[in-house]
Amino acid sequence: MDFLEITNLNISYPTRRLLVAAVQDVSFSVRKGEILGLVGESGSGKSTIGRAILGLLDEPGKIEGGTIQLENHDLADPATEISSFRGKRIGLIFQDPQTSLNPVMTIGEQLIETIQTHLQLDANEARKRAVALLDDVGIINADARFNDYPHQFSGGMRQRVVIALALCADPDILIADEPTTALDVSIQSQILALLQKLKADRNLAVILITHDMAVISEVADRVVVLKDGRIVEMGAPAAVLGTPSQTYTKSLVSSVPPTDRRIDRFPIMGAEQNHAADHNLKILNRWQLQKNTGASLVRVEALSKSFSGEGFMRIGTNEPVHAVRNVSFEIREGESFGLVGESGSGKSTIAKMIVRLIEPTSGAIFFEQDDITTLDGPALLAFRRKIQMVFQDPYSSLNGRMKIKNIIAEPILHHNARLERADIDHYVDDLLAAVDLPASSKERYPHEFSGGQRQRISIARALATQPKLLVCDEPTSALDVSIQAQILNLLKDLQEKLGLTILFISHDLPVVRQMCDRIAVLKDGAVCEIAAAEQLFASPEHSYSQHLLNSMPKFQP
Amino acid sequence: MADRYAGLIHRIRDSDIFHSFIHSPTALISSCLLVVILLTSFLCEFVAPHDPFTPASLSLMDAFTPPFWAEDGSMVFLFGTDGQGRDLLSAILYGTRISLIVGFSAILFSVIFGVSLGLTAGYFGGRYETVIMRLADVQLTIPSILMALLVDGVVRGIISRELHDEVAIYVLIFAIGISEWPQFARVARGATLVEKNKDYISAARIIGLPNRLIMFKHILPNILRPILVIGTIGLALAILAESTLSFLGVGVPPTTPSLGTLIRLGNDFLFSGEWWISFFPSFFLVILAFSINLLGDWMRDTLNPKIN
Repeated sequence: MDFLEITNLNISYPTRRLLVAAVQDVSFSVRKGEILGLVGESGSGKSTIGRAILGLLDEPGKIEGGTIQLENHDLADPATEISSFRGKRIGLIFQDPQTSLNPVMTIGEQLIETIQTHLQLDANEARKRAVALLDDVGIINADARFNDYPHQFSGGMRQRVVIALALCADPDILIADEPTTALDVSIQSQILALLQKLKADRNLAVILITHDMAVISEVADRVVVLKDGRIVEMGAPAAVLGTPSQTYTKSLVSSVPPTDRRIDRFPIMGAEQNHAADHNLKILNRWQLQKNTGASLVRVEALSKSFSGEGFMRIGTNEPVHAVRNVSFEIREGESFGLVGESGSGKSTIAKMIVRLIEPTSGAIFFEQDDITTLDGPALLAFRRKIQMVFQDPYSSLNGRMKIKNIIAEPILHHNARLERADIDHYVDDLLAAVDLPASSKERYPHEFSGGQRQRISIARALATQPKLLVCDEPTSALDVSIQAQILNLLKDLQEKLGLTILFISHDLPVVRQMCDRIAVLKDGAVCEIAAAEQLFASPEHSYSQHLLNSMPKFQP
Repeated sequence: MADRYAGLIHRIRDSDIFHSFIHSPTALISSCLLVVILLTSFLCEFVAPHDPFTPASLSLMDAFTPPFWAEDGSMVFLFGTDGQGRDLLSAILYGTRISLIVGFSAILFSVIFGVSLGLTAGYFGGRYETVIMRLADVQLTIPSILMALLVDGVVRGIISRELHDEVAIYVLIFAIGISEWPQFARVARGATLVEKNKDYISAARIIGLPNRLIMFKHILPNILRPILVIGTIGLALAILAESTLSFLGVGVPPTTPSLGTLIRLGNDFLFSGEWWISFFPSFFLVILAFSINLLGDWMRDTLNPKIN
């Protein structure tokens, strides 16, 4: 018998309208010394399974049937005291290291508290154990940092502390729920290496819950693919992800952006083959298409931005934060230009300056020969018309109180005050068709749409003014991988048909590789390297680019 | 047209708010009470058994009639009469109407004034925001009833006595309204700060919409929920403030008495045994304020779990 065996697990969330079956007939097992990957898109029930093992299901979820057998205890049985297993036999690592540590306790206090809860140790022994644990998870100089508060650690270090906390009572099994999703790639690879080392050293059983196929293919010993609460396929990663037998796994695998080559389009399985390229794009009639000459459209010169903490009636001035330092690059007409960097690299700040949401501290931005930092009045409005933006978070980028037709009509009306109402209606219909949404969408409100559909609405709104430059700030990082593939395909199609120039901002290197012609790599607000995409991925010159590419998880089934 | 309304009704019936409403005894009871109070007081000309404010219809013979269940009571005057033979029930219905009008208008004034200042302060920030919010802080250190007394006193000093009786009700609305604005400004500013950093506001700015449109078309509809919640609770406070001022004699003139005025008039007879003259208006006031507050509590729990 395996160490942890789940048989025919059923979990449901009864709500007012319907009974949501979150997990249906799921059976799998985990051995000691192996990492089991639970992979699936949002709503697949992967986190629910993890929480059910710990007895931490959110209200009103409950286990309807099945067993969770840990040695000879059934954790699914309400009679079992799960709290005596939690922390002691089963450790848990959460997604966000920012919120899983108590900010007003030193990490030492938190570790000692946890150790003394589970083990009968006096203060001295507990401290020794805590220091040893911090050492194990790779905190350098653990003894000296024992009395530091969580905010004194970086995100990656904090996640190491969280792992140390999970290991306090020497658990046999570790549940890691998206442990690296909130971290930058270079830190992600370190944390994954740590998980593998701990698994081997301590003979741990690890359940790794993630949406990231590349992470799974790199570290998991076995993988379970979930969809809508059911197991689609399971087995060794090489078999399941390399030669999938089920349609769903196949489509999932084909949606993952490859890291080793550039593909023209993402192959999308199933019904959703009709993309914008297939039907004639009616919005083209309104577009003044010009031949893209490859001349420079945007030229950024010695751009800097610092944020200072000064304010009226505030005493003293804080040291200003330099978000962007002396950045120069140009974007040519018709190309996709990528800005890549980890969090804090200043990539979004640069985008905000280019669309003139914030003013630069120094430097200039030229758009078609005009320095946009000095524009105002009608000239500014004319500039705004030519440059539009698609945002990262599809849930906050649409006004929830407006119907879709009004959201899309707003920029049209603002820039063409003389357009007839009927003509605007037609234009809205055409825009919706261009992003593959049914015309009936226009009478509905944003909350009735999924994340991917909302992102399509965002794109339709951005296209409404017939812009030349589309700034896409992490447009797919909040989406599932199969939806991401559809949105990226759509952007590629629209770019080709409409001759758009795209500024594409992302932390996700494989996505950037698929989308961009030229790429600028940013670190701490400064440009490290600007190169053509193929050249950058084949032979990065700057040491930081090399480091980024090396730590990028490679999906090689 | 019919289809549109059918769709709207369906949306309302299907909404979580409606569901929570019909499953909350508090909300149901308090809104039933409110509907009864609103209907009877605004239709008081038709509902009230007597016309309490036409001197010709009053008879001093009826003065000090106790409530109907008492020994000398009569079914003609259910809650008894006051010293001039006015039917108390009718006077209460007319008085409730005055109280509600003053309360509603005052809170409407505060909401419009406070939300405009708070919304612009949150949106523009900087020195303007600091000045507005410090002003609000200063005013919050003065009890609102004191503020209203102050405004009323200043107005009395400026205009003549005859004129004052005419404009008394407007003065009262202004005095109460101006004393309540800081809380609306604070809530509106806080909510605006949250909303203005969301991407849909960035999108509106990139489209090039003017600030006025962004504030009133995009931000305002998204911050209305918390304002509706504190506005409801504020309504009860405004009605109480009106009654307090009228009780102190600086509110509406006795010729058109509100609940507070009735309580003050009855107060003189409390010790001579005619308890009902001030008891019934007080009781009505309690019921009114209580049901508005309960409704406000329910709204707070349902609409906005974050503000507590």
